[in-house]
Amino acid sequence: MLLEIRERRVGDVVILDLVGKITIGEGSVLLRDSVSRLLDQGSNRIILNLGGVSYVDSSGIGELVSRYTTTKNTGGRLKLLNLPKKIKDLLMITKLLTVFEIYEDEQAALESF
Amino acid sequence: MMLAENVVELSIASQLEFIDLVTTLTDNITGMIGFDEEAAYWINMAVRESVANAVEHGNKYDTQKTVDIRFTIGTDALRVAIRDYGEGFDPATLPDPLDPNNILNPAGRGILYMRTFMDSVEYERHPEGGMQVTMSKRRAPKPLDEGDHKHDAVGN
Repeated sequence: MLLEIRERRVGDVVILDLVGKITIGEGSVLLRDSVSRLLDQGSNRIILNLGGVSYVDSSGIGELVSRYTTTKNTGGRLKLLNLPKKIKDLLMITKLLTVFEIYEDEQAALESF
Repeated sequence: MMLAENVVELSIASQLEFIDLVTTLTDNITGMIGFDEEAAYWINMAVRESVANAVEHGNKYDTQKTVDIRFTIGTDALRVAIRDYGEGFDPATLPDPLDPNNILNPAGRGILYMRTFMDSVEYERHPEGGMQVTMSKRRAPKPLDEGDHKHDAVGN
């Protein structure tokens, strides 16, 4: 398994803990499906905890962007938690760092909704 | 004098599952010739992006078509050429992913990453069909070994 996603709920916020790689194919598809399922269930306050993600390619970055816009279009919000430096670098290069709400602290992320 | 160069080649079918095979080989080569961990990570990513583009956009997942990868280990740089057998494209016509209108596009960032992480990235239509991208990354100058330092220290 390239990517594992575990789900936690804190109040009406869903935290997805991601471990592994978000790359073209399996990883990107799993992320897409996981967020889509939450939105279908009416859960649109989402935190992606990326602390366990070791590698993201352009497809994975694209998937983060897609899930961000899809969630926003439902009136919800998708925020990022524990961004590894290399993912931060990738977002900076493509001017996406200011698009996302990014948190280092889970409690602060939860309280931001 | 002709400088010695080592060449490593492999061909994969146009399936995403094989990309890891190519990046594993990339890691072996960058490690073998002394790129540091940071440089090796980004070279890995540039190769991954290029091979993924060849599989997806070039060969359009046609498993009858291969993606050919050639690593040339030069004394000055590592060069990686990736060839597909697709219809080809003009990279100048691709949308700019940094254009504010494109910032939230789900795709179109791969080539920007490749250009960021490598010293050069060149596209050309292969004379026998398909596209070939050739990327290079300079190797760090070899540090003086301990013997050289001692040699300098005694002022000879």
